[in-house]
Amino acid sequence: MPIFDKFQQLAEARKSLLGEGERDPFNVVIDQVISSTEAIVNGRRTILAGTNNYLGLTFHPDCIAAARIVLEEQGTGTTGSRMANGTFAGHIALERELADFFNVGSAIVFSTGYLANIGLLSTLAGSDDVILLDADCHASIYDGCRMGDAEVIRFRHNDASDLEKRLRRLGDRASRVLIIVEGIYSMLGDRAPLKDIAAIRTKYQAFLVVDEAHSLGVLGKNGRGLAEEAGVEESVDLIVGTFSKSLGATGGFCVSRHPEVEMIRYASRPYIFTASPSPSVVASTRAALRIIETHPELRQRLWENATCLYESLQDMGFTLGPEPSPVIAALVETKERGIGLWSQLMEHGVYVNLVLPPAAPNGGCLLRCSVSAGHTDEQIEKICQAFLSFS
Amino acid sequence: MKSYDDILIELCAILAPYANNNLILDEGTELVSDIGLDSLQVMQILLEVEDRFDISIPLNIIPDVRTIKDFVLQLEHLTRQS
Repeated sequence: MPIFDKFQQLAEARKSLLGEGERDPFNVVIDQVISSTEAIVNGRRTILAGTNNYLGLTFHPDCIAAARIVLEEQGTGTTGSRMANGTFAGHIALERELADFFNVGSAIVFSTGYLANIGLLSTLAGSDDVILLDADCHASIYDGCRMGDAEVIRFRHNDASDLEKRLRRLGDRASRVLIIVEGIYSMLGDRAPLKDIAAIRTKYQAFLVVDEAHSLGVLGKNGRGLAEEAGVEESVDLIVGTFSKSLGATGGFCVSRHPEVEMIRYASRPYIFTASPSPSVVASTRAALRIIETHPELRQRLWENATCLYESLQDMGFTLGPEPSPVIAALVETKERGIGLWSQLMEHGVYVNLVLPPAAPNGGCLLRCSVSAGHTDEQIEKICQAFLSFS
Repeated sequence: MKSYDDILIELCAILAPYANNNLILDEGTELVSDIGLDSLQVMQILLEVEDRFDISIPLNIIPDVRTIKDFVLQLEHLTRQS
């Protein structure tokens, strides 16, 4: 039918890349989940090294127990949006606990991390405002910007001087600027130069948003992310994040010391018209947040694993992101070679993410690992051995 | 302030390395269907153009730019503002 013609080019590109009957890296079916770090895939016991399950909390007994109790008490879902169908007490409690965790006054929970970004960014910046976003920001940030009315300008990735140059160009409009950066960037695992960016934000009286999706529970003495680690929480106007990584569930949030943020609830269509998170998801997320607060040894374990894998892959000669991080991406020159290596890793019982252009730089592709505190020494060693087989 | 013609010449010089040798760039050349630019190349070109003209190009203009002429008109507008 003509309506599907637009997908023909995509279908042909997919066929030429993957061939007939090849394993599709973007449709991996996990037959059985064994633990936070292992599963059965294609009948093979496979180490999960591409799940963003940074603290391994998906199987933590406290999280499962909390979800189970609430599942029995409150049912499987909310079946509607909070504005139309009502807010559960758990939603309010989670928002209070998130605000307390970040030492701010306001928190809003969204149904996914993607929705948090499009819900916030499409609403927060209006037609008189300018968004300056890091060029490597996540697709949800780009999509949120595109859905709003603000002028959207990119600055060079992690280049604070380029950001300042663009603020200077804006002249009087600089105070109407919303700057967006990420704590840890999802593809290469590098951190934003947040101290420098926060200083620029203050100099130009701009508004700074930090997406801590990959850094919550990972960075900072208390796990609050890069803003805490860099000592600039007072200069960050709004933090956005997700429950689907270190918190081991599904959902998103924003927190802010500005009470006016509360009004976003009444203006953000992605918030208003989406079913709210299920009670069991809220319960497990609350339990996971408490674990982040009370178990810093998980962060320590995560960083031991991350540093070990990063240094091992570096020693093997792989080109990696610029710094050790729980996101470790090995750059491969061509898509074809990347797909081949990804398949070999699967044959060795190791699942990582394959990232193709434009998400990967310079026309190449990335074999992207995400490390977990749940990985054992033996699992990290097995991941290393799988990479070593073709280094 | 640069004239339309100045901008056209400078823009064509930036785009030339991305185009097939046989392609003659003019105002009517389409960036995607004629030159064959992909999204990554578009972003790279934006950075080069921003440096050359010392401006910031809002992403919002991209849907309105199909031909070199469309691009020059947008740059003429942006350089006038700066």
